[in-house]
Amino acid sequence: MSLQGTTTGAGVAAARSSASAWDMDPPRLGPLAYYTCFKGIVWREVLRYLHQRERFLSALVRPLVWLFIFAAGFRQTLGVSIIPPYETYVLYEVFITPGLIGMIQLFNAMQSSLSMVYDRETGAMRTLLVSPFPRSFLLLSKLVGGVAVSLLQVYAFLAVAYFWEIEPPLYGYFTLLPALILSGLMLGSLALFMSSVIRQLENFAGVMNFVIFPMFFASSALYPLWRVKESSVLLYHVCQLNPFSHAVELIRFALYGQVNWISLAAVLGFTAAFLGGAIYAYNPSKGLIGRRGGPGAGA
Amino acid sequence: MDMETGPQDEVEAAPALVVKNVSHRFGETLALDDVSLEVPRGKFVVLLGLNGAGKSTLFALITRLYDNVSGEIRIFGYDVRRRASAALQRLGVVFQSRTLDLDLSLKQNLLYHCALHGIRGREARTRTARALEIVGLSDRAREKVRNLSGGQARRVEIARSLLHRPLLLLLDEPTVGLDIGSRESVISIVRSLVETEGLGALWATHLFDEVRATDLVVILHKGRVLFTGPVPDLLAKTGTPNISDAFRVLTGTTATELAA
Repeated sequence: MSLQGTTTGAGVAAARSSASAWDMDPPRLGPLAYYTCFKGIVWREVLRYLHQRERFLSALVRPLVWLFIFAAGFRQTLGVSIIPPYETYVLYEVFITPGLIGMIQLFNAMQSSLSMVYDRETGAMRTLLVSPFPRSFLLLSKLVGGVAVSLLQVYAFLAVAYFWEIEPPLYGYFTLLPALILSGLMLGSLALFMSSVIRQLENFAGVMNFVIFPMFFASSALYPLWRVKESSVLLYHVCQLNPFSHAVELIRFALYGQVNWISLAAVLGFTAAFLGGAIYAYNPSKGLIGRRGGPGAGA
Repeated sequence: MDMETGPQDEVEAAPALVVKNVSHRFGETLALDDVSLEVPRGKFVVLLGLNGAGKSTLFALITRLYDNVSGEIRIFGYDVRRRASAALQRLGVVFQSRTLDLDLSLKQNLLYHCALHGIRGREARTRTARALEIVGLSDRAREKVRNLSGGQARRVEIARSLLHRPLLLLLDEPTVGLDIGSRESVISIVRSLVETEGLGALWATHLFDEVRATDLVVILHKGRVLFTGPVPDLLAKTGTPNISDAFRVLTGTTATELAA
């Protein structure tokens, strides 16, 4: 319909009624509105992920390469003694599966934080931030969206790994879920925090070298920490302080229906710290966005 | 409901947008220097300035990407810092940079925006359909944004900015990079919204031919407001026959600088 030339009273009235009262006061934002917004943000993340086929594939292929090739090669060289939560000797493949799950989440978190940097430049982040909901709520929703994507990736990986003798107890798949959500939130909030403070994050190679590799290798993902201690006590302590180690241990125990309380506490603590940092950094009055100079694109 | 601040009639009579004595610096550079301007309800206001004049900084402050440290910004009487939610509910924005998800359909993009304002279900679908109708893209609702031309994508962004029925529209150089036909259609959509629905609009541009004689004009140059008022006053004040001459006289820029 045409919007122009509605100078008659009837025309204006028609335009108004078809727009159903443009001049109505905006509604109150109740719990239902919050839920709608939350769901919308999470759903967008999932939709975007499903539309990016390369990202879907690479998220699946990366850990499988580690499982099929790396683990097979190390199977004979690296013996793993019986350590909790394992009750028998386990194959090296079984041992590194929780580490690979952690890796999936780590990559996903870094990728979504990269997409946030990209978003900030294209303006999609700004569209998010002009929503009338509190900014911390928006960021948290965005974070949960990233975690939801990582859940899809992890379960797809476990489904394939099942045929490679990675057969945790059936209930393990369920007890794993809360652990994945927590570790996903921790890694996501770390990435979110980094996206707001580190300018160089646009370069994924840089992130690989300075964040992903150190976090992944200096952790309990690929080798039990007592083995690390044998070669270097310092490295052992580094590994113990590494948030990623705790994410991996939380996942490892959860996969067998157990809770590693120390790792749980560590993951919760790190999540709170990173999330607090991210919310602080995105706060318009204290934020670090403004200090860097210039809004996104253009002058 | 949300009238906690100030007497009710104060909020009800308030202009769509008031920017008062706002300054902003990035490190050493003063991007905005004591900027004041107003968008009355139902008026089309052109914010005229060259690249780097501070238009985008001003928009970033109004949309609360970061806070204004000095002065105040009010949308229909609601301070954007203290009453951010109420202010943002009444504000629709078209950013200079592209902000749509290219791999999602028009409809998915718009429904996402509805969700960002807490609008859901049938209401969200109705508003999405209506907004696409306003910008003349109803028949392409299911297509991916990637397949649209620049002008069409801009129209979708306008549709998106209308979903929560704001009474103030902010448009940051919405016609940049568009061909003449697309420019015309984008401008006429916004102008007719101002005329028929009574929206206030702040239209930032550096293109003088987008100004109409009946518009209000704000001239922003190097972070300072040099003029605000109706077009005839601008011409009378500068003693010039047209806007580009008036701009040149006010800012002291030469024709070659303008061309650059």
